[in-house]
Amino acid sequence: MNSIKRVLGIVWIAMAIAVAYFGITEFGFPKITSDKQEDLVFGIIILFVLLPIIVGGLLIFGIYALQGEFGDDRP
Amino acid sequence: MSSPSKNKTLLKVIGASSVGTMIEWYDFFIFGSLATIISSKFFPQDNPTAAFLSTLATFAAGFVVRPFGALFFGRLGDLIGRKYTFMVTLLIMGGATFLIGCIPSYETIGFLAPFLVLILRLLQGLALGGEYGGAATYVAEHSDSSKRGYMTSWIQATATLGLFISLLVIMGTRVTLSKEAFSEWGWRVPFWVSILMVLVSYLIRKNMDESPMFAKAKESGKIVKNPLKESFGNKLNFKYVLLALFGMVMGQGVVWYTGQFYAMSFLENTMKIDKGQVDNLMFIALVMGTPLFLLFGWLSDKVGRKWIMLGGMLIALCSYRPIYDKMFQTTNVANKTAVAAAPEVATTTEEDHGVSIAKEVTTTTYTDGTIHKKTIATPLDAAGVKNTAKAKETVEVHINSSDRWTLILMVFVQVVFVTMVYGPIAAFLVELFPTNIRYTSMSLPYHIGNGVFGGLLPAVGTYLVSNAKASGHQQWYLEGLWYPIIVAAVCFVIGVIYVSNKPRTLSE
Repeated sequence: MNSIKRVLGIVWIAMAIAVAYFGITEFGFPKITSDKQEDLVFGIIILFVLLPIIVGGLLIFGIYALQGEFGDDRP
Repeated sequence: MSSPSKNKTLLKVIGASSVGTMIEWYDFFIFGSLATIISSKFFPQDNPTAAFLSTLATFAAGFVVRPFGALFFGRLGDLIGRKYTFMVTLLIMGGATFLIGCIPSYETIGFLAPFLVLILRLLQGLALGGEYGGAATYVAEHSDSSKRGYMTSWIQATATLGLFISLLVIMGTRVTLSKEAFSEWGWRVPFWVSILMVLVSYLIRKNMDESPMFAKAKESGKIVKNPLKESFGNKLNFKYVLLALFGMVMGQGVVWYTGQFYAMSFLENTMKIDKGQVDNLMFIALVMGTPLFLLFGWLSDKVGRKWIMLGGMLIALCSYRPIYDKMFQTTNVANKTAVAAAPEVATTTEEDHGVSIAKEVTTTTYTDGTIHKKTIATPLDAAGVKNTAKAKETVEVHINSSDRWTLILMVFVQVVFVTMVYGPIAAFLVELFPTNIRYTSMSLPYHIGNGVFGGLLPAVGTYLVSNAKASGHQQWYLEGLWYPIIVAAVCFVIGVIYVSNKPRTLSE
């Protein structure tokens, strides 16, 4: 189980990078540069609130997992 | 301490903590429940969708600042104690809520109105960020480990009770006043009522003692000087903050907000059901579901917290689309037969703040008792000519008794998911961290998960639905669900693999 937890660390890091890429290119910039107020509100929420938390948090979580910090033998 | 005396103290602790939590959530929920009317009072009315989204954003702003409140008040709670900190948060919350009820409308003071709403909303969010962690920690540190899930589930139940009472007060005000009076000033009453409840709760909390575990830690000099650094700068603690967020609270937050807020917003804005009927059916579903918080809290003491919460998450994410499809189709007039071949049309002219408005109300009655009412309000110029560019169309559906019970059942099922994920969460979180940083460490993931992931759900969901509708998607009304489904699915996988189900004791 410990090795699965470690290997999956790569998945979380990859997911963080993918979320950052699609979040910025698909939802972030196209929405905040839109003329519609609805798009602007949505873009701000995605770009400045959700993305930093998901990307930053998931990236660190993935690194910790890869380092074996969540292993059963750790405190 | 003898057992009866200990039980009495514990009841007082739960009572004092839960009542305060209930009031804080009451304050927070009335804003959400009155979002539609608030948008018409405090925001420009040229674009109703923009006004509604702005309200949701203001509502969301209160959620987004909650993690900052968690950090600020969590630090205070770990330095000076749980009791004094959650008394301060209670007073800030109550004061801000009362003042929202006193702000003049956009028509009277212009852009100052939404600005003041936003400021007070941010204060509410900060206070709430500090409240929950204090109450949960305070109760957990008084409880035996074998009953911690059950004892802390009272706090979870009273959070929903806050919504329940907010609906009761709103419904009571609506019933007591005429529709015009409620729209004019009556919507402010639920905000004013808050101050009375806060005073009562303050008096109860004032006479409580400090948490025994915190008092012991303070006596033995185990209080850390910088709880923030210890919580988030120390990898040993920070990894559990991340695990709590991504492996449990993130999914719990979206399941909670889907079941209680998105469901309400969906009934009102997507299905266009009469607001009074929506309040009523939400109220009944919540009354039926609230005791289950205690059941699942109790059960988590017996079988562990992990699988109850993850089980709730899994069932929720698999069943959201069928549930919302059933809800939508229940009142979809395309599936119903009209009583008369032609609808009834009534035309009137009304005065609204010095402007003449021509109203055309088209009423269609269906064989099952459903009434569909479409109103087109068009302002008239000085010559009495309709200004069709500024016409507003509103739709209201009055549902029959059978459909009402179907919708109550659908919402109740979602409340069951909520009770599974939310009932044991306080016990789960307090058991992850030591006494000297518990308030700070548990508050942050809780408020990011619930405040950010959950709190933004109505705004993101409404946007996805309106976007799908505009692009002609066949099942546009279900598109808002992708957000909770994806978040809960990722959280479920992380929770299954990384979260332990071993019983834990509160460490000093």
